[in-house]
Amino acid sequence: MNLYAIGAIYRFEMARTRRTWMQSIVSPVLSTTLYFVVFGAAIGARMTTIDGVAYGAFIVPGLMMLMLLTQSVSNAAIGIYFPRFSGTIYEVLSAPASAFEIVLGYVGAAASKSIGLGLIILATSALFVPLHIAHPLWMLAFLVLTAVSFSLLGFIIGIWADGIDKLQVVPLLIITPLTFLGGTFYSTSLLPPFWRTVTLFNPLVYLISGFRWSFFELADVNIEVSVAVILLFLAVCMAIVWWIFKTGYRLKT
Amino acid sequence: MTSAISVSHLNKTYASGFVALKDINLEIRHGEIFALLGPNGAGKTTLIGIICGIVNPTSGSVTVNGHDIIANYRAARSLIGLVPQELSTDMFSSPWTTTSFSRGLFGRPPNPAYLQKVLSELSLWDRKDNKIATLSGGMKRRLMIAKALSHEPRILFLDEPTAGVDVELRKGMWEMVRTLRQSGVTIILTTHYIEEAEQMADRIGVINKGELILVEEKAELMRKLGKKQLTLELREPIAAIPPELAKHKLTLADDGAKLVYTYDTRAERTGITSLIDDLQAAGVRFKDLSTTESSLEDIFVGLVRQQQ
Ligand SMILES: Nc1ncnc2c1ncn2[C@@H]1O[C@H](COP(=O)(O)OP(=O)(O)OP(=O)(O)O)[C@@H](O)[C@H]1O
Ligand SMILES: [Mg+2]
Repeated sequence: MNLYAIGAIYRFEMARTRRTWMQSIVSPVLSTTLYFVVFGAAIGARMTTIDGVAYGAFIVPGLMMLMLLTQSVSNAAIGIYFPRFSGTIYEVLSAPASAFEIVLGYVGAAASKSIGLGLIILATSALFVPLHIAHPLWMLAFLVLTAVSFSLLGFIIGIWADGIDKLQVVPLLIITPLTFLGGTFYSTSLLPPFWRTVTLFNPLVYLISGFRWSFFELADVNIEVSVAVILLFLAVCMAIVWWIFKTGYRLKT
Repeated sequence: MTSAISVSHLNKTYASGFVALKDINLEIRHGEIFALLGPNGAGKTTLIGIICGIVNPTSGSVTVNGHDIIANYRAARSLIGLVPQELSTDMFSSPWTTTSFSRGLFGRPPNPAYLQKVLSELSLWDRKDNKIATLSGGMKRRLMIAKALSHEPRILFLDEPTAGVDVELRKGMWEMVRTLRQSGVTIILTTHYIEEAEQMADRIGVINKGELILVEEKAELMRKLGKKQLTLELREPIAAIPPELAKHKLTLADDGAKLVYTYDTRAERTGITSLIDDLQAAGVRFKDLSTTESSLEDIFVGLVRQQQ
């Protein structure tokens, strides 16, 4: 195991966050605050509770997930796209490091960042609404699993993308809509039966539902199903990354 | 004793179908400086890319100090330092961070004293905390060398190290390469400049259109390649070479408007002074003169013909 290589990549990526802290920390915190003002204050004033949970508190897990997903994907995607684009990737490819070690460095850094960010958002939320977390350990487990699997997805996108536009397309056109439609700001049980069935094909419903369960013991779908879906997603991403390194797809010619 | 690098029956066909390397067989000896010469697109960078793990070989095998580059990539790669042809550095970090990064990447524990030594030798120490984006092109190239040396490699690849580097710096690099060789590092460099190969190398390989057409000791090759031509543009065209000049190797060109003198740059005397004296004595006056070396391209054509 080349621990120094993992550490080198990890530290490099974390240093990048420090350089771009405005965009990687300040802007998510700012948008969370805006969500609270708009959704919490404006809508929450009319819609006081969902299933007995104050609306302001109800949206916290969804908001955290929204940030966690988009930030994991874009952090990891940029992390690997940039060296590919600038050509500095040659050094990583020529290093005595295995695919696992390289991925651990990049994905580990991206995941740590979004976990940190998730916790910052949680803390910000606590300033607006009283929060109670029923299962803190489950909450953390969901946080970590989601951050890791979506950072892996971001890593895949960063390798697949051959232009900066593609890098932004997936988070913007896929992740954000799916999160919004996945019950971030409402319970899917409020939807008419037909649409409720449609949402079951949205994988993010399972994540958000599971995450919300860890806070309020309220879930749109069974918690076991949520865990199974995220583990399945993680496995699929790992398989794709394994294939990328095996074939050298978009990394080696 | 195994070779530093042993390449056997190596082929590379790019996804586009382009055949970049054809059945390359090459042994690089421990501690030598090996220059790989070849025109643009010959396959030099491709060959280096395969040895360093950046390009996938299509078939054939490579070992580094006896370690297969695929089956035993960790052992093979940790011996190698690579200075690529393209200047690609992370513009936002500093020489210090980026060399520490390289060292870690190659599995070496931190060693600030060693990195300081490398950066100082490449005159980068006083810029160690500057943003790389603020360094000059020559400094960036030296930084690429510092990164390659940061993990104390036993084999160093320099892919056109002196492209776009001024004369002063070029001399400095040659000096550095020699010093490295003295410490036992094996060096493989590519270049378009015969002069560079001549200054540096122990052995020279010539690659053309993906084929390694010749590998030879430098001294031997230089004897074959070291021809230069002096062209004299005459005031008045002459019909024939005057008998007084018969002892010089002259030919007439441009209907007698030019005299061409071929000489060996490596000979004890070029004979130019005596030629000019004799010209004066013979009353042949010239208005301009120029010298040309046979271009590498010409030499390759010659070599390829010679091979067939
Ligand atoms: N990724 C690629 N896909 C297809 N063809 C490629 C690729 N990379 C290089 N080639 C081709 O392979 C040939 C050899 O390229 P290479 O870079 O090895 O040449 P070189 O000897 O290093 O040339 P130069 O002196 O210009 O650096 C060239 O014709 C080049 O166009
Ligand atoms: Mg090249």
